Amino acid sequence: MKVTKISKKNVLIDNDDHHDDHHEQSFIRKYIFSEDHKTIAKQFLISGIFWAIIGGALSSLFRIQLGFPDTDLSSFSLIIGNWLTPQGKIDPEVYLALITMHGTIMVFFVLTAGLSGTFSNFLIPLQIGARDMASGFLNMLSYWFFFLSSIIMFISIFVEGGPASGGWTIYPPLSALPQAVSGSGMGMTLWLLSMVFFIVSALLGALNYITTIINLRTEGMSFFRMPLTIWAFLVTAILGVLSFPVLLSASLLLVMDRSFGTSFYLSDIYIAGEVLSNQGGSAILFQHLFWFLGHPEVYIVILPSLGITSEVIATCSRKPIFGYKAMVYSIFGIGVLSFVVWAHHMFISGMNPFLGSVFTILTVIIAVPSAIKAFNYIATLWRGNIIFTPAMLFSIGLVSFFISGGLTGIYLGNSVLDINLHDTYFVVAHFHIVMGSASFFGLFAGVYHWFPKMFGRMMNRSLGYIHFWITFIGAYLVFFPLHYIGIAGFPRRYYSFTNFETGKIESFMDLNVFVSIAAIITFVAQFIFLFNFFYSMYRGRKASKNPWKSNTLEWTTPINPGHGNWPGKIPKVERWPYDYSKPGAKEDFIPQDVSYSDTPESNLPDDKFH
Amino acid sequence: MNGIFLLVGFLLIVVLFQIFRSNEILSAATKKISKSFEDTTNSINAILGVIFLFTFFIGIFWYSIKEFDNYYLPIASEHAPDIEFLFWVTTAITFVVFLITQIIMFYFGYKYRFKENRKAHYYPENHKLEIIWTVIPAIVLTVLVGWGLVKWNQIMSPAPENAEVIEVVGYQFAWASRYPGPDNKLGSYNYKLTDVENIVGIDFSDSSSLDDFMPREIHIPKGKPVLFKIRARDVIHSVYMPYFRTQMNAVPGMPTQLWFVPTKTTAEMREETGNENFNYEIICNKICGRAHFSMKHTVVVDEEWEYNKWKNSQDSWIKKNPDYFANFLKNNANDLAGIK
Repeated sequence: MKVTKISKKNVLIDNDDHHDDHHEQSFIRKYIFSEDHKTIAKQFLISGIFWAIIGGALSSLFRIQLGFPDTDLSSFSLIIGNWLTPQGKIDPEVYLALITMHGTIMVFFVLTAGLSGTFSNFLIPLQIGARDMASGFLNMLSYWFFFLSSIIMFISIFVEGGPASGGWTIYPPLSALPQAVSGSGMGMTLWLLSMVFFIVSALLGALNYITTIINLRTEGMSFFRMPLTIWAFLVTAILGVLSFPVLLSASLLLVMDRSFGTSFYLSDIYIAGEVLSNQGGSAILFQHLFWFLGHPEVYIVILPSLGITSEVIATCSRKPIFGYKAMVYSIFGIGVLSFVVWAHHMFISGMNPFLGSVFTILTVIIAVPSAIKAFNYIATLWRGNIIFTPAMLFSIGLVSFFISGGLTGIYLGNSVLDINLHDTYFVVAHFHIVMGSASFFGLFAGVYHWFPKMFGRMMNRSLGYIHFWITFIGAYLVFFPLHYIGIAGFPRRYYSFTNFETGKIESFMDLNVFVSIAAIITFVAQFIFLFNFFYSMYRGRKASKNPWKSNTLEWTTPINPGHGNWPGKIPKVERWPYDYSKPGAKEDFIPQDVSYSDTPESNLPDDKFH
Repeated sequence: MNGIFLLVGFLLIVVLFQIFRSNEILSAATKKISKSFEDTTNSINAILGVIFLFTFFIGIFWYSIKEFDNYYLPIASEHAPDIEFLFWVTTAITFVVFLITQIIMFYFGYKYRFKENRKAHYYPENHKLEIIWTVIPAIVLTVLVGWGLVKWNQIMSPAPENAEVIEVVGYQFAWASRYPGPDNKLGSYNYKLTDVENIVGIDFSDSSSLDDFMPREIHIPKGKPVLFKIRARDVIHSVYMPYFRTQMNAVPGMPTQLWFVPTKTTAEMREETGNENFNYEIICNKICGRAHFSMKHTVVVDEEWEYNKWKNSQDSWIKKNPDYFANFLKNNANDLAGIK
């Protein structure tokens, strides 16, 4: 406790100093090696956007292969020249590299770093009433480790042999043996190196988030007065701290198998005309370790989005979030359970079927808190006074996806149904809707909602609406048809489906064409967002102090908060963050820093519990 | 063609830019105008939500019914009806939940869209309601999973004694199969013996290997349990046979297995699907490298008498590869003597 107090004081002093000599901070300290959480958040956001464009472009490329396999791409040869066969088509190994990099980039670089990195950094100090993160320096390191990791991953796309191409799950022996696929050479080495730095970054970030939330809350900000965003970020960070180290060990053991002749994952292998001496390893071990991170990772991706959505839906419905405590317990329930469900990714991996039974039961339990969250969102809309800002639309879109994709989880979590659906397009549909689209929509909702706080300007609403409707309809058109393809037994990660003889294949060609067109249109539509984002940053309408009439603390800061966030004292928190449309109140919102003694007209008997 | 695309693209950008401009101008105009603008856009978005939902549902119903024969694979094993039944029960339940929740959500969006003179209803919690929608999903899920587990344990149980045992080995990028031969015993193997000829590393120092045979296609008898002993030679593959509703990974260094009872011969299935070229296949369903997408193996389901006839007509591997076997004897004579 002592340490915390001192650091608080330091930040305070820091802040006071900087107020006078704010302009004296050099450009490099202010914008590049900055220790200010707001700047770091923007750095994560811009990096995330950069990666999202690359990840999306890669998916457009492989959708061209799946929908229009005869397309001659030679006219793009300047950019993707060495990825093409002489006929201008995508090479089968390049196809695998494309899906691998698409998955890696989207899951880790966009939806983990881009999402948590942006909003945990930006919102935690602002919403709990802190001057900055517990350690600004570690926070800065977190971004720069991520940057280093990004550079390595980016370089890996262009190395000899191509980037990693064993799928984003990099199961050995495929990822361990360069003889097996050319992407398992230099590309895989760089993938692993990049992920090591990525994990360091994620850990530094997460430790900071946890410490900050626990220690630096302003006066009156008890745990049960925290906005649900903060709860979501807290549990996300805890998941990250506990699970990312396991991926680190898994990766290090893989590095040893690849480079130092150990046999952690390798056993009894004959490949490329050669008997390997490795014996006694277990390929399944890697899957256990990978999914021990991999499953919490899914929640690391979705929870911040759910947190953002809770905040946006409450604000824009002008109603308290329904069942605040149930939402908190659900987040915790999901967090805890996410550690004991990993093997539902491995029902038919060859592990003991009894283990399959256990993980089926545990997996289905996690559906209950998820269902509670969905119902509570809908109940929040009931008898609200709903204002459809772009952020609100994206939040409703998120709930829609969360339900649609969550329901297909009931099939896949039931081991007996998973036998036939495992690794088919049904799985692709499931996780792209529930984790991909839903998290992306949370990210968009967050950007539209907090853009005024980030840049002091408003984003263009009309473009926001157009962006939403194209993206929402587009995402459903892309991912919903994949269910049918999956039920028909089509395996994922297939370069082409022409080699089947079962006779069903040609009937799905038109659906694949349809999906590809929808995917490419949806991808192109994101440039509307990009234009809106960058244009509004400089030319958007000036924002007011609290444009959405929101209760949380960040809107009590100046329009462009400086270093230290609040020019004077940090406001004291007097109530929970969801006093919207309280009966008797003058306005339909009462910010968290308004004391009960100032609002005798609207106080309720059980207010003390909030 | 490219010209048209360019033109359409250009027009779209012009339209977008106009919308963008008009919004910028409007928001700069007086407060009164922007107020009515807000109301209109709010209603438009609410209505668009309802229209979206309506079209979306019609699309799903239309496609699901019209294309049923295309996406639904006929079943051809004894346990498949169990899986199918649970699949459709799950579909019915999830689909109803899907419809209800989405309808309610977009309806609320429409019904409770912003009106200036209305105030939202302050309604932070209702424990009864929350308990109801915690308990009901929990019960439904428990039933689905309990049912699933009973079936799972049946499917994953040890194969019956009388099962036909066939070894299936995956390697980049094909499958090999080995039958026990007349002695009904699969000979042992050692991965170190694998080479270009002996592709699954059969160990011929085990005498039950001598009559093993390796056909080009897998034949299995209808109505009899079949046990696949699965191995992989290099990376992980997956034995996936969607018509039999069965799948199991092939893992290097860790033998796995699956068993099932086929219920329709290839000929019957050809008739049922109306496709005279129909064949059952093992398709690889775990990413395994360059030619993952073309890694498959034909499986023929015969009537039992056909199967027995076919089996008896197969020559053992050593009969087909006499040179290899002669070499093996020569090289290993010393080793065997040395051990003794």
